[in-house]
Amino acid sequence: MTSATDQPRRRAAFPPNWRARIGFVLLALYVVYACAHMGVSLERLQVGMEHGQRFLARMFPPNFGRWELIVSGIVESLQIAVIATFFGIVLALPTGFLAARNLMPVWVTWPARALIALCRSFHPIIVAIIFVKAIGFGALAGVMALIVASIGFISKLFAEAIEEISLKQVEAVRATGAGFLSVLIMGVLPQVLPRFIGFSTYQLDSNLRNSTMVGIVGGGGIGATLFTAYQRFDFDVVLAILIVIVAMIMVAEVISTWARKVFQ
Amino acid sequence: MRQDTALAENAAPQGAPDPGALVLRRLCKEYRPGVPVLKDIDLVIPGTGLTAVIGPSGTGKSTLIRCINRLVQPTSGEILYHGEDLAKLSGAALRAARRRIGMVFQEYNLVERLTVMENLLCGRLGYVPVWRAWLRKFPARDIEHAFQLLDAVGLGGFENRRADALSGGQRQRVGIARAIMQEPNIILADEPTSSLDPKTSVEIMEILSGLAAERNLPVIVNIHNVDLARRFAARIIGMTGGSVVYDGPPGGLTESHLNHIYGGESWME
Repeated sequence: MTSATDQPRRRAAFPPNWRARIGFVLLALYVVYACAHMGVSLERLQVGMEHGQRFLARMFPPNFGRWELIVSGIVESLQIAVIATFFGIVLALPTGFLAARNLMPVWVTWPARALIALCRSFHPIIVAIIFVKAIGFGALAGVMALIVASIGFISKLFAEAIEEISLKQVEAVRATGAGFLSVLIMGVLPQVLPRFIGFSTYQLDSNLRNSTMVGIVGGGGIGATLFTAYQRFDFDVVLAILIVIVAMIMVAEVISTWARKVFQ
Repeated sequence: MRQDTALAENAAPQGAPDPGALVLRRLCKEYRPGVPVLKDIDLVIPGTGLTAVIGPSGTGKSTLIRCINRLVQPTSGEILYHGEDLAKLSGAALRAARRRIGMVFQEYNLVERLTVMENLLCGRLGYVPVWRAWLRKFPARDIEHAFQLLDAVGLGGFENRRADALSGGQRQRVGIARAIMQEPNIILADEPTSSLDPKTSVEIMEILSGLAAERNLPVIVNIHNVDLARRFAARIIGMTGGSVVYDGPPGGLTESHLNHIYGGESWME
């Protein structure tokens, strides 16, 4: 009772977070400044829209006349993605185990984590450029680039999934006198397998998209065809290729959803 | 002191050597230096019958039982079993010792995403090579034994259910069957009934003591519930503050012992 009369101010159910507010204001101010600096303005946007309209008009109708070229490009992209995902998974599985800090000593996890960090440092396109220069034009360079990306992504998330497992289940398997590999197979793997399948199918998706891109830098696949069409201003062919890519990604989505369900 | 006489009585059977006995000598465990959880435990656990370890939470019961199969590394002392000091084993020798020690856990510790059958066969992992576990090519004899045990614990027909689809009591039955699958010489049970309702607790204790008696296996059970301990144990060990304060038959356990073990009297009212 006394506190109510002594302290008339009301208790705040949602106290204001001044640091967050100041942060948002500063961010907004910087965006305005950066727009002015880069010459981003309404007039520029208007010019761009007119240009875009002409571009869109030239895309229709899509031209599937060169379909043999598109099909062979897509098939090559698909092969790049599947091969890269397969070898990526095969290499990411041990790398992820080695990087899990709850299973391995520091002197093992440290190099494994360094390898993963290295694989994740660069965008696949930069890795593809390096491989094209190192081993020459063609699908092999694209495959290698996407393997690197797959190892980086899958093994990092896989290691994190292993670090979150229930150690009680592992302890029980260990208590039966099982050796280390048996503990991994019966105690650890069942707990992380569904998530591993999830990461792998996500990476297959990602590799499919990236496999259409490595061609731009000479890594094989539909990307080279797409890039040539752009450069020749054959925008109707470009649209045809884009439609085929979208269709391929959608089919892959359906397949990976199914795969995740099977391994739930 | 009454506790001391109880201890002395129990030290007596050493005269007649019991080959299956488990002998703890000056067993100590400190998780942090200077803070002992187990203080110089000296115990002889007979090679037959069910021994209950009672005592309040945090008094070192779990640590004691986990030192025996070395899920916890004792700080000092000896654990003598079948002529070996379990406290000093490592590598393959430790794994060989562990496969002869079955363990039942408070929270069942089944591998949730594996089936009941796979969980039972986990009990054979100390015996079968890795590739058999990987391909699930377990020996036919093990699989036959697993089916028999499933029937024995009342889970016939559950072999292909996943462990995470079972109730608590069903899971603990699988946990017990997994321990028996190891064909152990002894079973350790760490609070096997603490996560279960009273009726299921009694059923689980009946299954555990029944299966062990059929196989003439000694069982060491950590248990909160003094009534269950009295009902099923041939021998009771009372612990408090990291020391053994009662060691004797259930009949000898008086209210003053329980006061000493659990501290205070108000909890009994």
